[in-house]
Amino acid sequence: MNSTIKLTIVGGIDKTGIEEAVKIVEVNPGDILGIVGPTGSGKSTLIDDIEQLAQGDTPTQRRILINDTEPEMGLRVDPRRKLIAQLSQNMHFLADMTVSEFIQMHARSRGKDPELMHRVIELANRLTGEPIHEDEQLTVLSGGQSRSLMTADIAVISDSPIVLIDEIENAGIKKQEALSLLSGEGKIVVVVTHDPVLALMASRRIVIRNGGMCDIITTSAEEKNMCNRVSEVDDWLMDLREIIRRGDLVEGVA
Amino acid sequence: MKLVVVAGTPGSGKTSVLLHTIKALIRRENKPAVVKVDCLWTDDDKRFGRLGVPIRVGLAKDMCPDHFTIYNTEPMLKWAEEEGADVLLNETAGLCLRCAPYPDSCLAVCVIDVTTGPNTPLKVGPLLTTADVVVMTKGDIVSQAEREVFRERVLEVNPDSMVIEANGLTGKGSIELAELIENSVETREGMELRYSPPLAICTLCSGEKRVERKYHMGVLRHLDGFMEYKGE
Ligand SMILES: Nc1nc2c(ncn2[C@@H]2O[C@H](COP(=O)(O)OP(=O)(O)OP(=O)(O)O)[C@@H](O)[C@H]2O)c(=O)[nH]1
Ligand SMILES: Nc1ncnc2c1ncn2[C@@H]1O[C@H](COP(=O)(O)OP(=O)(O)OP(=O)(O)O)[C@@H](O)[C@H]1O
Ligand SMILES: [Mg+2]
Ligand SMILES: [Mg+2]
Ligand SMILES: [Zn+2]
Ligand SMILES: [Zn+2]
Repeated sequence: MNSTIKLTIVGGIDKTGIEEAVKIVEVNPGDILGIVGPTGSGKSTLIDDIEQLAQGDTPTQRRILINDTEPEMGLRVDPRRKLIAQLSQNMHFLADMTVSEFIQMHARSRGKDPELMHRVIELANRLTGEPIHEDEQLTVLSGGQSRSLMTADIAVISDSPIVLIDEIENAGIKKQEALSLLSGEGKIVVVVTHDPVLALMASRRIVIRNGGMCDIITTSAEEKNMCNRVSEVDDWLMDLREIIRRGDLVEGVA
Repeated sequence: MKLVVVAGTPGSGKTSVLLHTIKALIRRENKPAVVKVDCLWTDDDKRFGRLGVPIRVGLAKDMCPDHFTIYNTEPMLKWAEEEGADVLLNETAGLCLRCAPYPDSCLAVCVIDVTTGPNTPLKVGPLLTTADVVVMTKGDIVSQAEREVFRERVLEVNPDSMVIEANGLTGKGSIELAELIENSVETREGMELRYSPPLAICTLCSGEKRVERKYHMGVLRHLDGFMEYKGE
């Protein structure tokens, strides 16, 4: 796998057809790039542009370059050569297959060993509450289980140098664990998020408004400090959530 | 004259993808004309009409819509030529999964909706297996993994096809399709079907593969709705 890859986003237009304020964003291996902005502003649209390696042929007219050049067609379409793995926001399975059939089939489409399926399910079960079984129908999985399965699938099967993640915090799964599973050594990670911890874990974040990239903020040293504190609060909240999930009382847990 | 036959189950996104593709074709200085064939009713002509391209509708009524398409291929091509077009886009009704209305010298495009699940490619039959291009639509609704599994299934049943992941709403994939259309073969005299139609009530039903009108008998409906019985 060619893992030393540079990603460039060349700005297009916003929803009103006005040129985006941010004209170019360059992302290097190992970078975590955040995408923030109000609901409906166009965050998912931006990572969709990256996933399809848009060449001015989407409504945003953005262009995506790999190693400073326009990627050839094969990289855009052939899953065996794809550079990008995407965990999308909408996560319902429609496929009428069992979990194991689906993951094995996906492994084949990516040119990987179908036996990796066992590892995918094992990893997924570390992220989710109720375990997923391999003979279960995909369509019966809950939203959280589906996202855990897809997170593990990306880590093991779609193991690609560029990883796109859309609002992982809403999935009811362990988000920091999921993020560390997805962001292997030297990968480019792009995370759409409303979550302060995830946003501050990124080294930079693009701000989207009205469909356009209107600003790019570099996480300051002070923000990084904040991130540690926010993370503590967040861990505390997560613990409370676990207690509530287990059906226990939170009294006395300060 | 080039012929592009666009087939696919109802609602799979044929018109949506074609609308974007027509815009791309016009930008590249091609002159497309469109014929929409349906069974009973369609308003696709209004949607195509907004692009200002020549458009005609054919309603097959009680004839198999694919048989109707085949029987009317010759007059459709003639009409497109009279309209000054250099490529005829024929959107079929796509109801009959037993038939595949693709002549040999055309670009056969099968539009298939990924939200119908990855078992669909196994069910679609000759419509998919004899196509040159398979256009997967509505990928925006499912995960990347599901799209990739779907693509794998398509290639299992039609390994030589070009697969395009398109989006009928945003126009993704339409430039690729327009390029394939530009580089496709010209129609010729004496075209034959790729696949024999199954049995019913006209010569096509009894296995006729030649496209030209003179070879057909039985209960036949013309493009303009005129019905006749030809034969003994
Ligand atoms: N989400 C999504 N919806 C789509 C896409 N392509 C088409 N649609 C929607 O699917 C519906 C049917 O699309 P059409 O283009 O009319 O389908 P068709 O195959 O021409 O339909 P018939 O001519 O009636 O057989 C419309 O509501 C489209 O907006 C897509 O890529 N994504
Ligand atoms: N530059 C653009 N030009 C035209 N339309 C756009 C542009 N950017 C976004 N849109 C449209 O805006 C709508 C909302 O975008 P999107 O779903 O990406 O928002 P979001 O920020 O991900 O929202 P949420 O937080 O709810 O997930 C979509 O229909 C999208 O097609
Ligand atoms: Mg979104
Ligand atoms: Mg239509
Ligand atoms: Zn038929
Ligand atoms: Zn017949």
